[in-house]
This record gives sequence, structure tokens and C-alpha cells, in this order.
Amino acid sequence: MSDANLADVQADRSKMQISDTDVAIEISGMNKWYGDFHVLRDINLKVMRGERIVICGPSGSGKSTMIRCINRLEEHQKGRIVVDGIELTSDLKKIDEIRREVGMCFQHFNLFPHLTILENCTLAPIWVRKMPKKQAEEIAMHYLERVKIPEQANKYPGQLSGGQQQRVAIARSLCMNPKVMLFDEPTSALDPEMIKEVLDVMIGLAEEGMTMLCVTHEMGFARKVANRVIFMDQGQIVEQNEPEPFFTNPQHERTQLFLSQILNH
Amino acid sequence: MSDNSVAFVATSDKPQLPAPQGTTGAVGWVRQNLFSSSLNTVLTLLSIFVVFSVVPGIVDWAFVKSVWNANSLDECRQISDGACWAVVRERYNQFLFGFYPTELYWRPILAFVLLFVALVPALWDNMPGRGKALIFSMAYPFVAFYLIWGGFGGLEYVSSSQLGGLLLTMIIGVAGISFSLPIGIILALSRSSNLPIVKSLAVIFIEFIRGVPLITLLFVAHVLLNYFLPKGVNFDIVLRVVIMVTLFASAYMAEVIRGGLAALPKGQYEAADALGLGYWQSMRLIILPQALKISIPGIVNTFIGLFKDTTLVLIIGLMDPLGLVAPTLGDQRWNGIVVELYAFIAFMFFIFCFAMSRYSMYLERKLHTGHR
Repeated sequence: MSDANLADVQADRSKMQISDTDVAIEISGMNKWYGDFHVLRDINLKVMRGERIVICGPSGSGKSTMIRCINRLEEHQKGRIVVDGIELTSDLKKIDEIRREVGMCFQHFNLFPHLTILENCTLAPIWVRKMPKKQAEEIAMHYLERVKIPEQANKYPGQLSGGQQQRVAIARSLCMNPKVMLFDEPTSALDPEMIKEVLDVMIGLAEEGMTMLCVTHEMGFARKVANRVIFMDQGQIVEQNEPEPFFTNPQHERTQLFLSQILNH
Repeated sequence: MSDNSVAFVATSDKPQLPAPQGTTGAVGWVRQNLFSSSLNTVLTLLSIFVVFSVVPGIVDWAFVKSVWNANSLDECRQISDGACWAVVRERYNQFLFGFYPTELYWRPILAFVLLFVALVPALWDNMPGRGKALIFSMAYPFVAFYLIWGGFGGLEYVSSSQLGGLLLTMIIGVAGISFSLPIGIILALSRSSNLPIVKSLAVIFIEFIRGVPLITLLFVAHVLLNYFLPKGVNFDIVLRVVIMVTLFASAYMAEVIRGGLAALPKGQYEAADALGLGYWQSMRLIILPQALKISIPGIVNTFIGLFKDTTLVLIIGLMDPLGLVAPTLGDQRWNGIVVELYAFIAFMFFIFCFAMSRYSMYLERKLHTGHR
């Protein structure tokens, strides 16, 4: 579907180094219920530093819930999640510590509408990292240039297009210098012509070796960037594989069904 | 090119033309807003008729035929049948200050002027040197308290029973307004919090206060509090009234602000959490600025309601402007003059309420930073 969007971008896989000893995230035996509804069933996932993982699956399959558990926007009831060597418990200090190291981009951007773009980016470094304002602004401008919108720094989010807002959201996360980035359907709320500008930024990030977990339906992106694709259905990890075999030769019948539905239209 | 051909390629840009006559400018405005439909036309003509039949009479009564110099109502009526403002001229001091000692009027006047000095930094957020000016705003309640009551440091003591008129309204109104907002914010946050004890305390407080008429609370302040307090402890009646009015307004304020908190998209809370901001940081930097902005109309509504509700203190015998009407009517010379007194009081209240309303509109415009 979006292969056309990405036709002129060639991700450079040779730069994407994956560590084979350094574990970024380890999820083992994680279960979660909403009331009586078992949304996540026995999730096991080990993410090495530098890995780019794309998570796909039908809606309601628990993929968003799973990555939201990693920075505790959702609470899991059973199992272990260890992020960057810190285990997630109900200890608020640990939660904040993990959130400082894990960046997140949302489907609806969630920029702060009462602050300018620059203030959106400097807020967390100033208040969470206790960085001097001037230094925070320099870093913010650096990342705004990275996402190619430094000229919008003094505007408000409401004045920007969706694609620009999502790029600001990415820059805002990067300003915290995170070790892991989580993307929760970052392009689902965007018009087709804006998807590319966001994906370009994400590809750039991957090339720099950022550890990324992306919930997305952009299969072109998955092919180009991911080193692992995970398919979830009904709260379980049904299949995971490298992108080439995943797309050309899916094993599980539900994966086959899902891929045939999204690729053939 | 044949008429039924589907293929089409533009060969030139179409020119930008001016809007048709009568759709822009003054004529356009009048057409669109006053005579856009037959119903609208009828309503416009009806309004013009009402304005023309009512306004001249009022102007005549209030200005043209009004009497400013007279010693009694009878004298007024002999001069003309217009408004007898002479009573206001004779007694405006009382309506402003109650029975405050005349030679000490400078103290409430100074307090009133300083109120504006204190308000400027609070209301004007890009004022130069705002940080230091805000320190004065914080200290203002104490300064005003000292100026009005005095009692030490060279200022003569003035007792609460001498306070009255607009002075009393301002004391209760300003104190109520400035304390009910922070208390309301804390109550609203408590009620929206996940901590069960904090939450239920807030719910009980809000529901209790909202379920009781303000007059009941004022009676409690006036009479019952004496029973509850230990013997010998007796604090000022004005202070008690201020506390009750503040508690009453803050319960309403809490609900208004809770509405603002609930109106914020969940994503704002999540984004703040995901960036690692703590609870108080995210409330102060992200949630409250937006929730309060949404709640401005409701907040100002509560403020104006509180300001006008201060007149209820006449029921427990305090001499606010309305309370001063009775003694004025008790004066043989002014017996029977009613409309003028109430019109004057209404005018005083209107000035303050209108100012608050205008400021809130300005604030809403200023804080508007686009959609979403």
C-alpha cells in the first residue's frame, strides 16, 4: 500500500547495528485483563538494543496495549517487564525512571496545544532532566532541524498540519534522548501525502541505531526498516519473523488471512 | 470543443473578481445580520420600536429631568418628576464606606487603589518585572487587612460593625474570589484523583456545601459558630462570613474546573506521563493551564455570582449596600424613595460584574491558540 510512498527512500540497512548482548526490553509471561477480558495473554518478547520491531495485527488484538505497558501507560497484572535493566513495578520512582528513557509517539500526536512547538520540545528536558533553558532550546532546535521544521518553532500546534505535528511529537521525544522509542500507529491519523514525511523521519532514526517498537500498518516501512515483524491476534503473539519470510511466506493461517486482507486491495 | 466532451484542460487562470455589491461592507453587514429573512426583518423593526419607545423615557428620567440638589424627597418632587439623585449625592459616602469613620476614609481608598496595583501583575502575564510585582500581589490581602481594620502600628482600630456599603461588598467579594479559585482547584484535583480517601473527602465536602443554601451557611456563621467554638474564642463576623462565602464558592468552582479537567483529551495526560513528568508537574504545566482555559466562562460565572451573593449578608444584619437602603428609607426626608437607591446600587454592581465579564472575554481570546 505505501510502498509507493517509500519508493524513493532507500533505508541503509548496513548502518542498523543490533547488539547481541545488550537487552533493551525483556517481557516475560506478561498477562493483562480489562475487568474479566483477557487482553494480553502470556506475552514473551526480548528486544535487543538497536532492534527495529514492527507489530501488526487486526484492531483489538492488543498491540497498542502491549507497547503501552512498556512505559506503564497501562498496568500489567502478571509477568515481568524489564526496561533497560529496571523492572517495572508499581514503584512510582522506577516508573518515572523508565519513562525518562522511553520515548513515545501517539496516533493523535498529543502535542500540548497551549505551548509553542519549541516549548513542547523543551518542557520535559527542563522539568524532568533539570536542564538549563538555553541548552534545552539548543537541543530542541537541533531535533526540529532533524525533522525539518525549525521554522515552525514559535508557532502553536494548532497551526501545523498533521504530518508536521507528528514530526514535532517525534522531536519532542528525542529531546529527552531516549534509549527506546515506541510508536503507536504514528501514521494512522494522517493524510496519505503526509505519511511519507513522518516515515522518512522514522527511517532516519532507525539508521542511527535507535531501538524502536512500532505498531503500524505501513508494510512498506516494515519491509525497509524492521528486522523483526510481530503479528498479534486476540492478545497473543501469533507469529514473528524477519520481514522477508514474514511477508512472502507467513506460516500461521491467521497471519496469512491478515496479510491477504491488507495487501490485496 | 463540443458541449458533451468530458476531457478538459484549463488554458488560462480565471480572474479573481470582487465580491458582488451589497455583500460586503456596512450594507452587507446590515443585510446579513438585520434583514436576512422576513422573521429577522420583523424582529429588527420590533427591536427598533422597543428601543425608541423605552430609551427616551429612561434618559429623560435619569438625566434630563433628574434632580441633584435637594434636601428631601418632597423638595425633589416639587422641582421635577425625574430621578431624585439628591439622595445619592447626600449619602454616597455611606453607600461606599458604611459607617467607617469619615476622617479615615483614606484607608479603604488606599486599599482600593492598591487592589488594582496588586491585580495588574496577576491579570497581565507579560508585564515587565512581573515576578517581583507578584510578591506584592501575594502580600496584598495582609496589607488590605491592616489598612481597613488597623489596630496596631499607628493605625486606629476600626471595628467590623463600622464596615459597610461597597467596602463590605469588596472585602467579601475580593477575598472570596481570590481564595475560592485555589481551593476549588485543589478540590477538583482531589475529586478527579485515584486516591479513594482524598476523593471521598472532596466529594463529601462539595456535595454538602452545594446542597445547603448560602443563607443557611451565613446563619451558621452568624449564630451557630459560637456554640461550636470553645468559650472565649470569638472571631470576627466579617471573617466568618468571608470563610463561608469562600467555601460556598469553592464547591461550585471545583465542579466547574472538574468539567474542564474532564473535557481534556486523555492523550494530554498520557503524553505528559510518557515524557516522565510527575503528577504535580503535569498538572501545573500541562493539565491545569488547559483545563482552566476551558473553564474560564464557568469560573467567571461563579465569580460574578459570588460577588452578587455578597448582598445576602444583609440577612444577618451586615450593612452592605442593600442593607443600607432600610436606614435611608427610615430617614423622614427620604421616606418613599426606592427606585433611585436600587438603581444606584444596581449600577455599582454592574460596573464590577461587567468588568469581570469583559476581562474573561479578553482572556479567552488571548489564550486561544488554534484548534485541538
